[in-house]
Amino acid sequence: MSINYRPAVHFNHVAFSFGKTPILTGITGSFPEGKITTLVGPSGAGKTTLLKLCNGLLSPQSGEVYIKDKPIEDYEPVDLRRLVGIALQSAPMVGGTVYKNLSLPLELQGKSLSEAQAKELLHDVGLEEELLDRKVKDLSGGQRQKVSIARTLVNKPAVLLLDEITSSLDRTSLKEIEELIVKINKKYGTTIIWITHNLQQAREIGDFTWVMMNGEVVETGESSLLNDPANDKVRQFVMGEAQ
Amino acid sequence: MSYLTLSITLIFVVIPLLLSKTLNLGLERDTIVATLRSIVQLLAVGYVLKFVFDSESLVYIFLMVALMIVAATHNAQKKGAAIQGITSKVAVTLISVEVLTQGILLGFNITPATAQYIIPISGMVIGNSMVLSILFLNRFTSEIESHQDETELILSLGGTPKQAIHTQLINSIKASMIPTIESQKTVGLVQLPGMMSGQIIAGADPIQAVQFQLLIMFLLLTTAAVTSVMLGFLSYPTLFNRRMQLMKKDLI
Repeated sequence: MSINYRPAVHFNHVAFSFGKTPILTGITGSFPEGKITTLVGPSGAGKTTLLKLCNGLLSPQSGEVYIKDKPIEDYEPVDLRRLVGIALQSAPMVGGTVYKNLSLPLELQGKSLSEAQAKELLHDVGLEEELLDRKVKDLSGGQRQKVSIARTLVNKPAVLLLDEITSSLDRTSLKEIEELIVKINKKYGTTIIWITHNLQQAREIGDFTWVMMNGEVVETGESSLLNDPANDKVRQFVMGEAQ
Repeated sequence: MSYLTLSITLIFVVIPLLLSKTLNLGLERDTIVATLRSIVQLLAVGYVLKFVFDSESLVYIFLMVALMIVAATHNAQKKGAAIQGITSKVAVTLISVEVLTQGILLGFNITPATAQYIIPISGMVIGNSMVLSILFLNRFTSEIESHQDETELILSLGGTPKQAIHTQLINSIKASMIPTIESQKTVGLVQLPGMMSGQIIAGADPIQAVQFQLLIMFLLLTTAAVTSVMLGFLSYPTLFNRRMQLMKKDLI
């Protein structure tokens, strides 16, 4: 699928196991630069592990991961994680206010985030400026997820990894987040790799999709493949999800 | 005190035994074992101390202190089994605390360099350092477990391991030091410290006993601070690998 696109992230025969339990086996493929690729598949397929291999929170036991054609080991871990940001389903926060959380990425570099910059970030993700001094524990699920995304954007990542960020949101928040991700992708040309259980979302938002099962990539291509999968297992999975 | 008088004090063991039996607490066996162990261990230590004091040999003093450190290390490391190389880290911490405190006491001539002073003071310092290590390791391992998301969040935003573990480290250091500081705030008001009481009962001048107690209390403040800070800063790097990844058991 990536023949015509420059890969932002490339996997070459990547295997990962936890202890003696294999989690990923022989993953090869690319995530095209500037595009939205969704990762779908049943729970335990190894999707989150694959995502964490992209920003060096985990390292493969064998095979290579390349970010912008450079082996991942050639990046300093700190630089790599600023280049490849991640937003998690649980949207973990450090205690305190929204401002404290938005400031965190710069604080870690010994810099500070101005109030104006923080307000602009909130505006970018469709949140009111007044939320800046709100305690994070008082945020709704949707607001929390938007703050988490805004915080990841502070580092201006070239690749944004999203791990089921809409799975616990109501329909309105879900649509807002989808629009936000598309906006980020278009405005900054950010490569998006998005784990989702929502196949409708994968069809509508994703340019491409990877279907994963039991630690393997069983089918990849344009998102329309989910309408008529060639692989029997994928067909069964899609039909199962539709029910 | 004669052995006859001492044996009469066993009444204080009979009372909890009777209560345990009457109320079905099931603590009779433990109480008897604890009593026997304390009698045997303390009498043995008493005779060993008498021998060491009489010999006035630095080698025996050194051996006694080394034995204390080995026993304390063995006891404390169990609580930090999840941390790689914890035994050597606890041992290094205990040795450092002992060297620092005795270095100051002997270096400034605060206490004489005799077994009578070095051994009991070392016992208090090492014993407290061991308890502090256990408190610290207990808290630190549970902080790491319960704040894995936060640690990984900071790593994922480009933070270093030290930044990622900072809050948990500071919380654990503070939590382990609080009992020492709090107990010192009420000392003398609620209870008289054991060492001071012992000296007064043995006929020492109360003011002299208080002076020694103050010395020990200040010493234990240093012990508490140095133990938890040192153990904390020795332990946290082993939680991460060379690629700044949190090494944890549950990854999926």
